[in-house]
Amino acid sequence: MYAFDLIRPRTLAEAVAALAEDGAQPVSGGQTLIPTLKARLAQPERLVSLWNIPELRGICEDDAGRLCIGAATTHAAVAAGVADRFPALAQLAGGIGDPAVRSRGTLGGSVANNDPAACYPAAVLATGATVVTDRRQIAADDWFQGMFATALEEREIVTEVRFPVPARAAYVKFVQPASRFAMVGVFVAQFADGVRVAVTGAAEDGVFRWTDAEDRLSDRFDATVLEGMAPPADGMIGDIHATPAYRAHLVGVMTRRAVAAA
Amino acid sequence: MQVSMTVNGQTVAAEIEGRTLLVELLREGLRLTGTHVGCDTSQCGACTVHVDGLPVKACTMLAAEAEGCSVTTIEGMANADGTLSPLQQAFNDHHGLQCGFCTPGMVMSGAALLAVNPKPTETEVRHWLEGNLCRCTGYHNIVKAIMAASGQQVGETV
Repeated sequence: MYAFDLIRPRTLAEAVAALAEDGAQPVSGGQTLIPTLKARLAQPERLVSLWNIPELRGICEDDAGRLCIGAATTHAAVAAGVADRFPALAQLAGGIGDPAVRSRGTLGGSVANNDPAACYPAAVLATGATVVTDRRQIAADDWFQGMFATALEEREIVTEVRFPVPARAAYVKFVQPASRFAMVGVFVAQFADGVRVAVTGAAEDGVFRWTDAEDRLSDRFDATVLEGMAPPADGMIGDIHATPAYRAHLVGVMTRRAVAAA
Repeated sequence: MQVSMTVNGQTVAAEIEGRTLLVELLREGLRLTGTHVGCDTSQCGACTVHVDGLPVKACTMLAAEAEGCSVTTIEGMANADGTLSPLQQAFNDHHGLQCGFCTPGMVMSGAALLAVNPKPTETEVRHWLEGNLCRCTGYHNIVKAIMAASGQQVGETV
């Protein structure tokens, strides 16, 4: 590993100040960033650890009934902490990576990184969640801006994600058998005013909403209304694991399974 | 920078760099070489240790972030008199290892499971071990060992 300075703030204010220094970058659980640093795909001079900042952790509800989850809350803590209030989100968090990764990996890290095969972006987009940073609030539809791209600015820190809790929801993923990342993952969320469907793992531009399926499911929330449907293969990822056409097909299958499971 | 933590019940303090990984502190700083580095990319799980009771890949955690934490490695798993703990004994009894390289991580991972789920099903054990790779055993005897340590036999609770 190359040499860098590690700063360990204990408050959000200290973290914001530390990030103002030249060459500084935040690290949350490090489950993506540390391997990235080892491979020297990123070489910040200064890492600001968000791990020991109590105000970035924890789960609560706001007056609107939304689940507000601190950005540094680990996947394991979310899996255990929302099982009764939002089981689909608990199941998603409990299926990320493996147990050791879930002990360290965080919601905020996943949402800020926006890996095209990450699970959390599907839940954030499908619920129409709000991403909160140290300076503003951003709707999920505006947050995700393509593979590894988000509305997050330099030196800005994700502090919390606020999830509206759907009446019914489920997340189903088809894992790439070696990496166990989502080859296709679909989060379906039914609210009083309609259904939202978000797909991860499949597209070159990262997580996206499958609006054709949303329209049909909003009329009738039943897997049969999607029989034979799949999004266009155009823009889907093609690699040694799956062709674009196969990924598009899987989106249809996983969406129907998610509706049936919700 | 200075860091202090508890490792296998003993307080340790060390001068480290920001880039020092927890596994480097354990192996090179404290000479606790039971924790292995297999892939160094957080996939194989050979470096699994417990940090405040939770399983963590020590190759993918900065040592400075363990400040004030309680760390347990494979060296801390035996009984106080030096005999094997029930889970370690079960690995021995059920031939849950061949070359032994992955074994420290398997034991630490299995122990972390039994701490939160004392009677797991075989399916739960297999899912829990997704982050621990073994190239010798085909996992079967590892699963048997963990089930045996929980007082169950494979096939009872699938």
